[in-house]
Amino acid sequence: MPAPQCASCHKARAALRRPRSGQALCTNCFCAAFEAEVLHTVVAGRLLPPGAVVAVGASGGKDSTVLAHVLRELAPRLGISLHLVAVDEGIGGYRDAALAAVRRQAARWELPLTVVAYADLFGSWTMDAVARSTAGSGRSRSCCTFCGVLRRRALEEGARRVGATHVVTGHNADDMAETVLMNFLRGDAGRLARGGGLGSPGEGGALPRCRPLQLASQKEVVLYAHFRRLDYFSEECVYAPEAFRGHARDLLKLLEAARPSAVLDLVHSAERLALAPAARPPPPGACSRCGALASRALCQACALLEGLNRGRPRLAIGKGRRGLDEEGPPGRRGSHSRPDPRLRSPSPASRDSSSPLGSDDDVGVRGRL
Amino acid sequence: MCEVGDDYREPAPAGPPPPRPCREQKCVKCKEGLPVVVIRAGDAFCRDCFKVFYVHKFRAVLGKNRLIFPGEKVLLAWSGGPSSSSMLWQVLEGLSQDSAKRLRFVPGVVFADEGAACGQSPEDRAKTLAEVKLVLQTVGFPWHIVALEEVFSLPPSVLRCSAREPVGTEGAYKAAVDSFLQQHHALGEEKQSRPCPQHPQGRAGLPTASQTEALSRLFNSVKTLTAKEELLQTLRTHLILHVARTHGYSKVMTGDSCTRLAVKLMTSLALGRGAFLAWDTGFSDERHGDVVVVRPMREHTLKEVAFYNRLFAVPSVFTPAVDTKAPEKASIHRLMEAFILRLQAQFPSTVSTVYRTSEKLVKAPRDGCAAGSPGPRCLLCMCVLDVDTADSATAFGAQTSSQLPQTQPPVAEAEAPTVSRCRSGMGRAQHCCRMEEDDPRARVIEQLCYGCRVNMKDLPSLDPLPPYILAEAQLRSQRYCPLCRGGRGRLGGVLLGLGSQRAASPGPRLSRRSRSVCRRPTRTGHGLARPQRSRKARMGGWPVITHLYK
Repeated sequence: MPAPQCASCHKARAALRRPRSGQALCTNCFCAAFEAEVLHTVVAGRLLPPGAVVAVGASGGKDSTVLAHVLRELAPRLGISLHLVAVDEGIGGYRDAALAAVRRQAARWELPLTVVAYADLFGSWTMDAVARSTAGSGRSRSCCTFCGVLRRRALEEGARRVGATHVVTGHNADDMAETVLMNFLRGDAGRLARGGGLGSPGEGGALPRCRPLQLASQKEVVLYAHFRRLDYFSEECVYAPEAFRGHARDLLKLLEAARPSAVLDLVHSAERLALAPAARPPPPGACSRCGALASRALCQACALLEGLNRGRPRLAIGKGRRGLDEEGPPGRRGSHSRPDPRLRSPSPASRDSSSPLGSDDDVGVRGRL
Repeated sequence: MCEVGDDYREPAPAGPPPPRPCREQKCVKCKEGLPVVVIRAGDAFCRDCFKVFYVHKFRAVLGKNRLIFPGEKVLLAWSGGPSSSSMLWQVLEGLSQDSAKRLRFVPGVVFADEGAACGQSPEDRAKTLAEVKLVLQTVGFPWHIVALEEVFSLPPSVLRCSAREPVGTEGAYKAAVDSFLQQHHALGEEKQSRPCPQHPQGRAGLPTASQTEALSRLFNSVKTLTAKEELLQTLRTHLILHVARTHGYSKVMTGDSCTRLAVKLMTSLALGRGAFLAWDTGFSDERHGDVVVVRPMREHTLKEVAFYNRLFAVPSVFTPAVDTKAPEKASIHRLMEAFILRLQAQFPSTVSTVYRTSEKLVKAPRDGCAAGSPGPRCLLCMCVLDVDTADSATAFGAQTSSQLPQTQPPVAEAEAPTVSRCRSGMGRAQHCCRMEEDDPRARVIEQLCYGCRVNMKDLPSLDPLPPYILAEAQLRSQRYCPLCRGGRGRLGGVLLGLGSQRAASPGPRLSRRSRSVCRRPTRTGHGLARPQRSRKARMGGWPVITHLYK
C-alpha cells in the first residue's frame, strides 16, 4: 500500500512515521521539524547565548555528527561559533577509524578541529593500557568507568585550548533514559540527584555543558543522519559489551517496544526525581592537584590516575576510595613509567559508608562518544 | 555488578551458586538448630529463628514509623496473594493474647473481587468467593467483600483529598500509647481481647449483570495491558479508599513486599511517575488526606514470604490477575518484573539496592517550591500535578510541542501552538481555558498528571469510565483551571455558562463559590442557587456578573 501524504506539506510522499507522535512526514519536513525542535530546546532552555564559542565533542559517531551538523545549520540564527574537539582514547582498531571520520567531517564542514589524546594528557595511560591494567579482577573490568571520566577531562581540556565558553555533547533521549535506569539499579543516589536537567551550568571554573539533543530519540537521530546523508562511524567500542549500561540498554529497547513513549517518560521521571538532601553530592570545590571541579580533595580523574599509577586501579572506585588519603610517592602526575600490571592488588577494604562516585562526570556513558 | 560503593575485596564467584548448607552447618543465629532456609546471601536459619526474624521485622517496621496509634481502626487490604495473606497472619498473631507486646490497633479486612476485569466466569468467581469467605471466617476480623463493579456507584467525593488532623509528634505518640495502656489496665483484660467477631459486613449480593458488563466493556476498550493494569490499580485504590472512609478506617495496610516494591519503583519510573516515587513506594502514602496507606511488609523479600507461608501454613487464595499468563513482553509491568528477577538471579543485591535507593527519595517537588499551596492534584492518582507548560524544554514540552505546525521551522519563541491549553500570563482572558471547553476529553486530560495522561492515550474513549470520574472532572474544570491555578476569568465564566451541559452530580453539596460560578440556567430541584444579581444589575444598569467573580 502506498505511503500516505506528508502530514505537513501535503505534497511529497511520507518517508517515515515519527516515533513519538505517529505523524507521517516526508524527509524535508522531518529534517526541518528535527532542527526546529533542537533550536527550541536550545532557546527555551537558554543553553547557548549569542556570542558563545561552542566546543562540540565529536567522536565520529552518529550523535555527535548530527549534533555538529544541526548546530552548524543553526549557528547563524543562534549567533554562535563552533569548534570540533575530538578525543583520542587510544583504543586500537576503533578510535583511529573514528578519528578519520571526524577529520573528513571537519574538512567538509570547514570547522576547526582539535584532537586531544589520552597519551598526551594522562601520562601515557591509553585506554588499552587501562584495560590491561584492570583485567583479571574477577568481575567486569570497569574500564568504561575510566574512559568516561577521563574523556570528560580531556574534552574540557580541549575546549579550553580552543578558548570555548560552552561544551556540547550529543547525548540523546535514549542515553538519558538508560542513565536513569542504570543509576537506580546501581543505587547511585548522587548521580540521580545531579542528573535530569539539560546540562550543568558550570560551577567553579568548569565550562557549562549541555546536551541539545537530549529530547530527541535515538531513532530520529539515526533517521536524520540517514536522510541528510551524513558520513559517520558506526561501530561499537571494543569494550562496550562489558559495560553495565548494556543491561539498561536492553531493558530500554524492550520498554520502547511495549510503549513507544517510554523513552521520554523516563526522561520526564528523571527530571522530576526528588532525593533527600543527604543523598545529594556535596557542593563542589577544587581539586588539589589540577584545580578542576571536585567534590572531594581530588577530582575523580586525578583519583583514577592515582590508582592506575600506583598499580591499584580499583583505588578510586567504590569503597576503596579511602585508600587515596594515604599519600603515594609525590610527582606521580605525568610520570612515564607504567607500573607492572601484575602488581595490581585489590584495594584495601575500609568499611566506608557508601559515597557517591565521582565528582562531576558521568560514569558509564556510552562506550563511545 | 558495577554497584556504587561495591567492595572489590575478592573476586566475585563467576558461575556456580554458593554451596548449599551441608549437614554439619547449623543455624547462624542459635548455632543449634538445623537450618531450613537461606536468607540474604548465605545466612541459614532454622525454623524457629526464622520465625522470630520474620515477626521481628514486621514489628520493627511498624514500630519504627510511629504512625499507627493504639486503638486506631486499620483496614487490611487482602488480595488473597502470599504477601497480603502473610500480613494478615502477622496481624492476627500480633493481636492475640499470648504474644509479647501485642499490637494495639483495631483491624478490618477488605477483599476486592476483580473477577470481571480479568474475564472470569461467574462460577469461578463464586468458587473463589467461597474460599475467601472460609479464610476470612478463620481469621475472624470484621471483613468487607467488595466487587470492582461497585466503582460505578462511587461518589465523586472519593477523588477529593480531605484535610486531616496534623500527624502527631513523637510526644503525641508516646502520650497516646501511655493513655491507651492506662485504659487497658483500668477496663481489665477481658474487654480488650480480640475484637468481637461481628456479623460479616460483606456486601448484600452479587453485582448486577449490567454493572459487570459495563466493567468488562471498560477493560476491553483499553488497548494495552499496561494501561489496563494501571487502570485496575487506580480503580481498586478508589474502591478501598471508599470502603475505608465509609466505615471509619483511618489507615489502610497493603501487603507489598520488598521485591514487589522494587519492581513497582522501576515500573513507575518507566511510566513517567518519577515525581511520585516516594508516595508510591514509601512506607506511608498520605495523598488522600484522611486515609493513610501503610506498607508494613516492605522489608520482607518474596522469598522470605513464600517460605514463611509454607513453613507455617498461612492460608491464601489464588485469584487470577489481569496479567496472569500474559507473555513477558505484554506490558511494562511484566517486563520490569522479568528484568529485575533475572538480574537478581545474576546479582543477588539488585532488589536491596533498588530498595535502598527508594529510601532516599523524599516527598517533595524537585524545585523545592513546596512552600505554600501545592497546587492542583491529578484526577485519578491524586498526586500533585507534575506537568509543565506546553513549550518548556523538558520531556513534557517535547511531547506537546510536537503538535506544532511543521511547515516551517517556527521562530525562536514558539507562538500560538495549534492545540493550546490555558496559557498562564498570556493576558488574553478570553482564551483562558476556552479551548478545552469544546472537547470533554481534553478537559479530563488536562487534569491528569503526566503518567495518567500517557495511560489515557490507550483509552480511545472516555465514556466507559465510571461516572464519578467524569463528574469530578467536570466539576473541577468548572471550578478552576489546573494550569493557571486561578479562578476562571470573568469572560471565561460567561462562556462556560452558555450551553454547557453539566451532568447532574449527586451527593456532595457544592461550595458557595462554585455555586456562584455556575451560570447554567438552573432547573428546579437542582440545589443550585441562582446567581445573585447586584442591586444595580437588578435595576438593569450593569452586567450581571459584576460582583460575582474575584
